[in-house]
Amino acid sequence: MTDIVNALVLLANFVLVPGLAYGSQLALGALGVTMIYAVLRFSNFAHGETMSFGAMITILATWWLQEKGITFGVLPTALLALPVGIIATVAMCLMFDRIVYRYYRREKANPVTYLIVSVGILFVLSGLVRFIIGPQDRVFADGERFIMKARAFKQMTGLDQGLAIKTTQGVTVVTAVVIVALIFWFLNRTRTGKSMRAYSDNEDLALLSGINPAKVVAITWVITGALAAIAGTLYGLDKGYKPFTYLGLVLPIFASAIVGGVGNPLGAIAGGFVVAFSELLLTFAYKRVIAYLTPGDWIPEGLVQLLSTDYKLAVSFVILVIVLLVKPTGMFSGKTL
Amino acid sequence: MSFLQGEGLYGGYGGADILHGCDIGVDKGEVAVVVGPNGAGKSTAMKGLFGLLDLRQGSVELDGRDISHLPPQERVTLGMGFVPQNANVFTSMTVEENLEMGAFIRQDDFRPTMEQVFSLFPVLGQKRAQPAGELSGGQRQQVAVGRALMTQPSVLMLDEPTAGVSPIVMDELFDRVIEIAKTGIAILMVEQNARQALEIADRGFVLVQGQNRYTDTGQALLADPEVRKSFLGG
Amino acid sequence: MSSNLRNILLFAAMGALLIAVGVVQSANVALAILNLCLISAIMTLGVNIQWGYAGLFNAGVMGFAALGGLAAVLVSFPPVPEAWAVGGSRAMLGVVTGAVSIVLAIIAFKTVPGSRRVRGWAAAVIALAGIILMRFILDPAVEAIEAVEPARTGFLGGLGLPIVFSWIAGGAFAALAAWGIGKIALGLRSDYLAIATLGISEIIIYFLKNEDWLARGVKNVNGLARPVPYEIELQKTLWVQELAAQFDFSVIELSSIIVKLSYAGLFIVVLAIVFWLSERALKSPWGRMMRAIRDNEVAASAMGKDVTWRHLQVFVLGSAVIGLAGAMLTTLDGIFTPGSYQPLRFTFLIWVMVIVGGSGNNLGSILGGFAIWFFWIEAEPIGLALIEFLTSGMAVDSALRVHLIENAAHTRLATMGVVLLLVLRFSPRGLIPERGK
Repeated sequence: MTDIVNALVLLANFVLVPGLAYGSQLALGALGVTMIYAVLRFSNFAHGETMSFGAMITILATWWLQEKGITFGVLPTALLALPVGIIATVAMCLMFDRIVYRYYRREKANPVTYLIVSVGILFVLSGLVRFIIGPQDRVFADGERFIMKARAFKQMTGLDQGLAIKTTQGVTVVTAVVIVALIFWFLNRTRTGKSMRAYSDNEDLALLSGINPAKVVAITWVITGALAAIAGTLYGLDKGYKPFTYLGLVLPIFASAIVGGVGNPLGAIAGGFVVAFSELLLTFAYKRVIAYLTPGDWIPEGLVQLLSTDYKLAVSFVILVIVLLVKPTGMFSGKTL
Repeated sequence: MSFLQGEGLYGGYGGADILHGCDIGVDKGEVAVVVGPNGAGKSTAMKGLFGLLDLRQGSVELDGRDISHLPPQERVTLGMGFVPQNANVFTSMTVEENLEMGAFIRQDDFRPTMEQVFSLFPVLGQKRAQPAGELSGGQRQQVAVGRALMTQPSVLMLDEPTAGVSPIVMDELFDRVIEIAKTGIAILMVEQNARQALEIADRGFVLVQGQNRYTDTGQALLADPEVRKSFLGG
Repeated sequence: MSSNLRNILLFAAMGALLIAVGVVQSANVALAILNLCLISAIMTLGVNIQWGYAGLFNAGVMGFAALGGLAAVLVSFPPVPEAWAVGGSRAMLGVVTGAVSIVLAIIAFKTVPGSRRVRGWAAAVIALAGIILMRFILDPAVEAIEAVEPARTGFLGGLGLPIVFSWIAGGAFAALAAWGIGKIALGLRSDYLAIATLGISEIIIYFLKNEDWLARGVKNVNGLARPVPYEIELQKTLWVQELAAQFDFSVIELSSIIVKLSYAGLFIVVLAIVFWLSERALKSPWGRMMRAIRDNEVAASAMGKDVTWRHLQVFVLGSAVIGLAGAMLTTLDGIFTPGSYQPLRFTFLIWVMVIVGGSGNNLGSILGGFAIWFFWIEAEPIGLALIEFLTSGMAVDSALRVHLIENAAHTRLATMGVVLLLVLRFSPRGLIPERGK
């Protein structure tokens, strides 16, 4: 019996907890991407760098707070600095919309043009971020490191396997839940939110109904800019901040959005967790879990690992391929094709 | 001069003119129907009245006021309602949300109006929480009309409302149209099902090649042998 | 001014810039830039085939170029007999298993009766089973191979053929991969192709970095064979020494210049061939049809043209050219470094070249390749000089100054982004616009 519990704890420690955290980060990122797709009707390749920008501003503000001796107790100080990051990112998104994207909306450019434009913005942001904060690793999480330490868990339960929960992981999940709830409330219960859904659903009819397109666009950037800042900061808190990594997040984030059904907010969230857990489950070494679950002392040879951990990114791509083959509209049939 | 009057309309979609000087008008409480062969410019004329295309020549007046140069959104605030032929509902939103969006420009409490729409189209009340995309064609048309009614318009324009629906649904829709007209709203309808539409029409306009060919009451047009031969299949 | 005159002036300006670099910095630097310009030009031509002819956005240029580099290794490096003896055949069996399972999966997708969902799942299951089987067969072989002299080889080696053959092979590798990914991702929305190609290129790079038994992974393969003489050999020959004395160059410098010129000569020949073929294709009935499809897909589809099949053709052809350029690049470097293929440096920079040069115009692609590569390289010393000048007022070791100078290189990225945005906005047709537009 204890063997089974040990196996479960092992899975929880290496798959469930990290999966929830990583899935939340992907979900927030995918949510931003999917909303831009739904309302502005293009794939924003620069979203990863937007997340990086948001995290960067938050880090700078965090350092400023830390220098002043202001902390947040057990929680990371970055949470206090986060509003600054959000405001800065939103302002930047609105600025780029005004000086870059608006022109193409007027010209009714085709979606690929927007995509290339977003690549240009990707360059600018990438260079800007590296220039301001430098390309090296930055660890800016402080406060209590663990909500639950492995050793404490083992002492509490008397099991062989320990379960560790980092504060940043807990913060990530809680923040994600709160943000998602807020966004769904906004989209489904407020007049403005509904007008955004209407605009995304049928632009001409929305215009006929008197919905102001400029307002819808602005609100979209406000929301997605905030989402990017939050997701970027959470990811940086959890895994350390390095500008380079955010470019590599573009693929899993888009995979999450497409898996869930691009344009569909619920799909983006579901997709985020599908991708995160798939990555972990497919690169996990099941050796010990199998050892626990099989009777006797038999331990399997080798790690029993389907893919080496180096291939984590490959998993999101494979999922993407499967979705494109089986059901391009994604799990929740977003707007597409 | 009718409540809504379009006079001497010339215009098209950019290239050659489709309308060659036609007059169309409707009064409050009236049902006016525009019929004619394909390509006659029926929908074009309606879009011209609503401001969805630029008229090269001609004027549009609403209650005596010249609205020829106003964009469609402003015409909506002045009391015009328009139900397009296609893509006329928000398919991913519920029936109730569709009606809410219809009332978007209103600042006051629109719930009484929504109740009116539900009493006019009871089936919408039953399905108020269902996404509009899941409804049948006829029910969707009801949602589309209901959406336009939410602004409490004085003129309601319908572009081929019975396109692709079954005869029973068509009859029902036309019954509703009459009811709406009874509340004092001016109704202008472009229709392909000429005979059934003219039966409920107080005024009928037969357009051919962008010009008025016959204008009379619906009954008179139906009785006219010329009209019957050319457009109603005898 | 007439477009021909304009083109000549633009290219002349480009030439003048290169000569200026030769004079101000050195002939070697100028020639090094020239060679990379030539390769960039060929890569841009490949991307332009996909974009200009068919409006396809390939975000995975880096991966196809890497496949070209892989070809350079696999064709030219001599085989490692011990590794082959220890695990070669088993490894080959594993690879074949993997390939066969993918082919079976594709066949299943096409022929299994049922809805798209059923077929898709069937294909996925077959592919998965095939991969698991492949791992079983491959893993022990890989371990054995990588254990053979890991510091020097630790992989299977190649065919030991002249490296120039690899240029064709590189094109073939890339074409094959393009066919696979095109089958999956074409016919859907253009954004999907972008993401799918981004994905496949990341997979390819991952694969190359991790499968040491194939190409040494991140240990890199250096000392690749050359199609041109080595500097050291040249320095020993009489005619080089005499030439050096005559023109007042050092022998070392001259030998280096000669080597670079030889490469340049080879590359110019390849560029000319690719350009000529591309122009022929563009002006042919096939090319006109492709552009008609690009300009109005709906109409073309209604006329019965199989748009997806045409797109696949173009995608494969363009990728083959990219693979060719990738092989040439690795040949020039003499080293295969999987870690050097980064999306920013490769894929998106090439895209700036395509857009700035003139989408849809082959001559424009060449010019774009030259111009953007030139500015990318020269932006570093110029940017550094600029920042040093701007911060000359500050204390020499102020933290800010140090930080700014260290990170001056990153302004390149931002500048390139601004260039792309400006061109897209104010001159979307690029420096040399498509004819007839």
